[in-house]
Amino acid sequence: MDPLSWTGATGAFLNPIWTITVACFALAVVLQIALSFFAPVMTLQSNADGTLAVRGGYLGAVERITKIAFLILLGLSLAYAIAGILLPYGTGGIVGVMFKRFVPVWIALIAIFAVSIHYKRSLGLYGKLFDSTVGMIGFGLVMFWVFTAIFSGMFDMLVTHNPLAQVSGLKNKVPGIPMPEASAGNWPHYLLGGDNLARDIFSRVVKGSVIVIAIAPLATLFAFMVGITLGLPAGYYGGRLDTILSFLANLILAFPVILLFYLLVTPEIVATGIPSFMAAFLFVFPIVFFGVLLNSRYYTQPSKRNPLLIVVLGVLGWLYLSLVSQDGTVLNFMPNWLDGFDINPGILVVFVSVVFVNSPTVYRIVRGLALDLRTRDYVAAAQTRGEGAWYIMLWEILPNARGPLIVDFCLRIGYTTILLGTLGFFGLGLPPESPDWGSTINEGRKLLLIYAHPALPPAIALLSLVLGLNLLADGLREESLKD
Amino acid sequence: MGLFILRRLGVMILTALCLTFIVFWLTNLTPNLEKLAKTQGNFRMSDDAVTSYLTNRGYKQALPVKYGQWLGALPGYEIEDADGKVRRRCDDGKTFCGVLQGEWGSSTVFKEDVSKIIGKRLGLTAKLMFWVMMVMVPGALVIGVLAGMREGSRTDRTLSTVSIISTATPEYVSGVVFISLFATGTFGMNWFKGTATSAMDNANFWNFFLPVMTISLYGMGYIARMTRASMTEVMTAQYIRTARLKGVAFRSIVLRHALRNALIAPFTVIMLQFPWLLNGVVIVETLFNYKGFGWTLVQAASNNDIELLLGVSVVSVFVVLVTQLISDIGYVFLNPRIRIS
Repeated sequence: MDPLSWTGATGAFLNPIWTITVACFALAVVLQIALSFFAPVMTLQSNADGTLAVRGGYLGAVERITKIAFLILLGLSLAYAIAGILLPYGTGGIVGVMFKRFVPVWIALIAIFAVSIHYKRSLGLYGKLFDSTVGMIGFGLVMFWVFTAIFSGMFDMLVTHNPLAQVSGLKNKVPGIPMPEASAGNWPHYLLGGDNLARDIFSRVVKGSVIVIAIAPLATLFAFMVGITLGLPAGYYGGRLDTILSFLANLILAFPVILLFYLLVTPEIVATGIPSFMAAFLFVFPIVFFGVLLNSRYYTQPSKRNPLLIVVLGVLGWLYLSLVSQDGTVLNFMPNWLDGFDINPGILVVFVSVVFVNSPTVYRIVRGLALDLRTRDYVAAAQTRGEGAWYIMLWEILPNARGPLIVDFCLRIGYTTILLGTLGFFGLGLPPESPDWGSTINEGRKLLLIYAHPALPPAIALLSLVLGLNLLADGLREESLKD
Repeated sequence: MGLFILRRLGVMILTALCLTFIVFWLTNLTPNLEKLAKTQGNFRMSDDAVTSYLTNRGYKQALPVKYGQWLGALPGYEIEDADGKVRRRCDDGKTFCGVLQGEWGSSTVFKEDVSKIIGKRLGLTAKLMFWVMMVMVPGALVIGVLAGMREGSRTDRTLSTVSIISTATPEYVSGVVFISLFATGTFGMNWFKGTATSAMDNANFWNFFLPVMTISLYGMGYIARMTRASMTEVMTAQYIRTARLKGVAFRSIVLRHALRNALIAPFTVIMLQFPWLLNGVVIVETLFNYKGFGWTLVQAASNNDIELLLGVSVVSVFVVLVTQLISDIGYVFLNPRIRIS
């Protein structure tokens, strides 16, 4: 097989057009920014022939050029994609092959966008997201990685090679390198080249999304449970409880994150079992949260409450005990037939430390919201009705605080992704051969000055996911403020 | 005001004590100490030898006692071992020798006094931070003010997107991208140096630009967004409307009337940005091999260098708490509504 070039045969006539359009677009954007400082503010301008135009004059012209250039760029990208998908293997180059590899993801994305846009008026805040361009771009980026994680993690679809397999002779080779003849029957190329252990970078980046998408949202959810369960009473009651909890939260917040990671995620500390005890402590909060949530709502109807609580607490309790009880750690008390699952101890430690770092911030946000909302009329009304304190906190205050919390949830998943990457970057916690993006960047950076290609794909992947989450949060904030 | 500062100081000292105690506890856990004994003595030490090594050097005392001695609040130990040799924590006849007395111990990796190492490394990091601040703060404020002065305009949207992108780019991503773009021949733009080791002695534009940009970019977006929020709020205030109705030019409204009030909130944010900058410093110094404070932290932590790690933690906790204090006091001081009432 011949090595693949970036754009293959399609690039021969598409690339020059692409370059020219990009140059035009960049020039127009710069010109537009520069002009916007000098051009008049008004949005309506009168033309020489007496008609009115929105944004006429030079600025308007530049804006139109930007728009046209952008549309051409979009069309060209689509052309690359379609060429890659429809033409025979290799004609579209690496870009084309990668587009084709991601076809299941494209189909899923198109389906979810079509359905969501069609029903957006009946979907609440989620539907409103599709009114904002920024929100849609963010949602698209996030869902791209979510689908990538689902397809590659559950169905093993997108990857081209085993992300851990090493093929001799492909160490640090450039993107598009063909496989040696001996290993025929495999995928014929390393699409994004090989890393310093001769593994396929493309497959590693795709597989890495599984780890990030599995850990980051879940860890954020746990941090929210902890933050909400502690923040609501602190804000609602105030007083000494608030003082103590806030002091503890500030204590953790004043801790430099990297130092904390280095102190918590070393093998020596893991051997003492401190992370296991922290896990045992932090994972109680979801049980407390759901227990109190249901109890405060249904305690007047014991016939409904008792079965509900028994089922929910039973399932959560079993999950909790299986999660906390791990083979090979200090906490290993469950008999094997009852212990539902064991997760990789490295991942558990990483998970715990990320939850631990995130929860004080969530606590502060929830506390602030509760402080603000407790003076509202509906809270006073509930108090007059004689509702319990936890009912007011969880069923009156919390639903009304959902807007900022949802926005922060999105932002925080992004932040958690960054933290996971940081841990990987310092080689802490996760096993060294793990394909997660932080570890892959860490591997790649060591030879960065000689071979730039192994570190770039995971870096760009991480950037795009975090950017997507930030844009999504921005879109959600904008749309939730519109009511 | 005086009472407020006193109370804040009290809380700060309490926090510092708690934090250093936690770090002390975590670094002095038994597995760490055993590892220390084995690296300092020899790797084939028997368990008894490890125990006697640790006992003779005072590591087997109760945790609060050890902490007190390390802090300098309790008299240093005097332990006589089996051969009748007496080991003292403090040399030259002093009773108290701890962090408070300036005795920071010595590093097992660098074979040097911790205070000397930290002083030297902090100096290098200060140089880096100075340039980061010089790039980040003006850049962020300009972006924020320009975006916030006309909310919803095209400029606002462009600059807001730029700041979102920069907050979404952690240092290890931007650093890797910068190095591969501008320091290798991959894209034909081999303009800067990919390591900053030479910048420790003589920093110039070519070896210092990339690390400085990498740190400042991540913080810049956040400060810019805060500045924008504060600026848009000020621009809708009554007195700005009055000024506009009087016919004051837009430029002078922004520069004379809005700017001063809009910069109060970013001041707090910039100060609270320090703990995050510390993160960035550790990542960037590792990535660019610039042997400053963050690099020392990584070395101390990964080599189980207990005394050095403690010293590094004290300094970083101190920096974080002092900046918090400054931001609290500064906010009160800058805000005329609070200052006068």
